[in-house]
Amino acid sequence: MKIRAQFAMVFNLDKCIGCHTCSVTCKNVWSNRKGIEYAWFNNVESKPGIGYPKNWEDQDKWQGGWTKLNGKLELKAGGKLKKIVQIFANPNMPQIDDYYEPFTYDYARLQNAPLSEAAPTARPVSQITGEKMDKITWGPNWEDDLAGEFEKRSKDTNFSNMEKEMYKQFENTFHMYLPRICNHCINPACVASCPSGAMYKREEDGIVIADQDRCRGWRMCISGCPYKKVFFNWESSKAEKCIGCYPRVESGLPTVCSESCVGRIRYNGIILYDADKLLDAASTDNEQDLYKAHLDLFVDPNDPKIIEQALADGVPQSWIDAAQKSPIYKMAVEWKIAFPLHPEFRTLPMIWYVPPLSPVQAQIDQKNLPTESDGVIPKASAMRLPVKYLANLLTAGKEDYIVSALNRLIAMRSYMRSINVEGKPDTRALTAAGIDEDTAKSMYRYLAIANYEDRFVIPTSHQEIQLDDYHGFQGQNGFSFGNDSGGSPKTLFPERRKESMEPREPAPQAGPRGK
Amino acid sequence: MNLQKFIFAVYPYIALTVFFIGSWIRYDHEQYTWKTDSSQLLSKRHMLFASNFFHIGILAIFGGHFAGLVLPHGLWLALGVSDMQHQWLAIAAGSVFGLMCLAGGLVLWLRRAFNPRVRAAGRSMDLFILSWLMVTLLLGLSTIPFSVGHASHDNPEVMLALSGWVQSILTLNPQPELLDQVDPVFKTHMFFGMTVFLIFPFTRLVHILTAPFNYLGRAYQIVRAKRRA
Repeated sequence: MKIRAQFAMVFNLDKCIGCHTCSVTCKNVWSNRKGIEYAWFNNVESKPGIGYPKNWEDQDKWQGGWTKLNGKLELKAGGKLKKIVQIFANPNMPQIDDYYEPFTYDYARLQNAPLSEAAPTARPVSQITGEKMDKITWGPNWEDDLAGEFEKRSKDTNFSNMEKEMYKQFENTFHMYLPRICNHCINPACVASCPSGAMYKREEDGIVIADQDRCRGWRMCISGCPYKKVFFNWESSKAEKCIGCYPRVESGLPTVCSESCVGRIRYNGIILYDADKLLDAASTDNEQDLYKAHLDLFVDPNDPKIIEQALADGVPQSWIDAAQKSPIYKMAVEWKIAFPLHPEFRTLPMIWYVPPLSPVQAQIDQKNLPTESDGVIPKASAMRLPVKYLANLLTAGKEDYIVSALNRLIAMRSYMRSINVEGKPDTRALTAAGIDEDTAKSMYRYLAIANYEDRFVIPTSHQEIQLDDYHGFQGQNGFSFGNDSGGSPKTLFPERRKESMEPREPAPQAGPRGK
Repeated sequence: MNLQKFIFAVYPYIALTVFFIGSWIRYDHEQYTWKTDSSQLLSKRHMLFASNFFHIGILAIFGGHFAGLVLPHGLWLALGVSDMQHQWLAIAAGSVFGLMCLAGGLVLWLRRAFNPRVRAAGRSMDLFILSWLMVTLLLGLSTIPFSVGHASHDNPEVMLALSGWVQSILTLNPQPELLDQVDPVFKTHMFFGMTVFLIFPFTRLVHILTAPFNYLGRAYQIVRAKRRA
C-alpha cells in the first residue's frame, strides 16, 4: 500500500447557475496571454450540447484517454511507438476552429471613426491574424442556455444510446450546466502521452502540471487528454493547462474558480488514495464498474492503520487532518452523491460532480408527477433531466448509482422540509434512500448552507520542509524568472542558472542571545 | 587565402563550432525556447502528408549523407559494397527521399508563406530556415544528373573526393584541394549545407536534438516531488 494525497474538488451541479464567473476569473488570472486566449482552463458548458472544443466527448473522433487492448490498459490513440511514428503530424490533433478563432473587436473605431450619418460599428478582429473577421461563427460558449438548433446540439455523445427525438419537443426539453476544468486525474492520459516527459503529477498534492521548460511542443498531450483540457499555446508552442491554482492551494487558499463561485457549488479538499491500486482500478474490465473501482481506491483517513501508512509515505499530519474533514470524502465516499466525469475514459478524474435535480414545479403543483411519500418532492425518475443522460455523463451509463444519489438529495430535502414546514421530522424518505438523520443534516449543511470553511478544507503545503532554503524562496510563489521549472540544477556554464526554485544564499541562522 | 580555401577549409570549422557551442548554450540557458514550434493547431490541412513527407525525407537524406560521407570508405568495401554500387545506391536513395522531402517541404513552404494564420503566428526565421533548407535541397537534387553522368562512366572519383574531403575536415586535416575537380553545383550545395549547421542553433531546428526516444523506455506516468531529492 502506498498512500498519496490528492487535491480534489466536487462541483455541485444542482446549484450551478451558469454565470461563468469561474471561467472569467480563471481567464483573467491564468490565460489572458497571447497564444492562449482561445483556451479556457475553466469553461461552463450548456448540456445537452457538443461543448468546447466541439464534440470533445466523442473519443471515436479524438482518440483521447485510455482503452483496454488485449486485456491491457493502453492509450486509446496508440502506444509509445505509434506516438513516435505520428510525431511529425498528430492525426488526432484538434484545429483552432474546433475551439474557436479567438477574436476581439475594433473598439477604437467607435471613437476615431469620421463623422457619419450611421453609428460606427466595432467589427470583430481575429486575435491570430489581426485581420477583420466577416462573421463570428463559433465561440467558447456558442450553445449557452441551449442556443442553436436541437439537431446540432444533439450530436452530444451523451445521447448516443438514447431516444433523443422526444427531447427536442419544447415540453420535454431539459438543460443543465457543466462547469469543466482539468480533472487532475490519478491516471492522466496527457502525462502518459507526453513524449518529452514534461507533463507530470505532483507527488504532494496530485496536481497535474505541464513543465514549460521541458515541453517541446510535440502536442501529444493535447489529443491524449480525453477532456481536451490541455491547450497548445500557438505563440509559445508549449502545452498549457489548468495548474490547479497551485500557488494559492499551497498557501491554503481555494482555487480562483472555486473562491469566486457565486453559487458556492465548488468544494476543495484532500482525499487519500492507495497509489498501488491505481493501475488495477483503471484497468477494470467493465466500463460501468470503473466508478466503483475508483471509489475503492480511496482510503479511510480515520483508520489508524491508514494514518500510520500515510505518515510513513510522507503525507504530513496536517494533510491527514484535512483529509478527515474533507468535503470531497464526505460527498464522494460517505454519501455517494458525487461522481467522476466520464469514468469510461479510464483516467480516474478527480473533479467529481453532484448530479443536478430538476423538478418541474408546475407539474408537481398540479399533481401530475409521481412523488415521494411526502407528496411534495418528485421521484428521481420523474425529473425533467433523463437519468440515462446523467448516467452517460457520470457513471458510464449505469443508472442505479445516479438514481440512488438523486434519491438521497431528494430525501434530504423532504426531511428538511418536514422539519421546517410541518414542524416534525418525517424520516420516511430518508429510510427509503438509505441515510440517517445525522447524514441528512450534514448533507443539508454542506449542500444547502455550504459555508466557506466547510467547502474549502485546504492544508498548506509545508514549504518549510520542501525547500532547502525557504527564505531564499520567500515572495516568489507563482512567479519565476524563466527557465525555472525543469532540467537539471547543474549547469554546463559557471554562471548561476536563472532558477527561482534554486536556493539562494542560505539565510543566516539566529544565534543564541547575548552572543 | 582565396575564397575556395576559406569556404572549404575554414568555414566548416566556424559552422561546426557555432553549431555545437550555440546549441549547447541555448540548451543550457534557454530551455523555454527549445521547441518544435508546431503550427498544426492553426492549420491541419495537408499536414499529414506534408509534414510526414518532409520529415521522413530530410531525416533519410541526413542519414544517407552521414553513411556515405562520414562512415569510412573501407567499411563499405568490407561490407562488399563496391564504389559503383555505393554511388548508384546514393543516387537512388537521394532521388527518392529528396523528392519526398521536396514534395512535403513545398507544401509546408506554401502553407507558411500564404496561410494567413500560420504566417501571422510564425516568426520570420521560420520561413527563412525553411526556404534555406529548400534551396539546399534543390541544389542537392540538381547534383543528381552530374552524379548519374559520373556513375554511367563508371567514375566514382567525385564521390570519393567528397567523402575524402568530409573526412579530412572531421579529422582536423582540411584538404580543400580535394574538391578542385568537383563540379560547382556540388560546392554550392555544400556551402548551403554547411550554413544550415551555422544557423542551426538560432532556429527551430534544435528540436531534433531532443527527439524523444527515451519515451519508448519510460513508464507512462511521471510523478515529481517538489522537494529536491
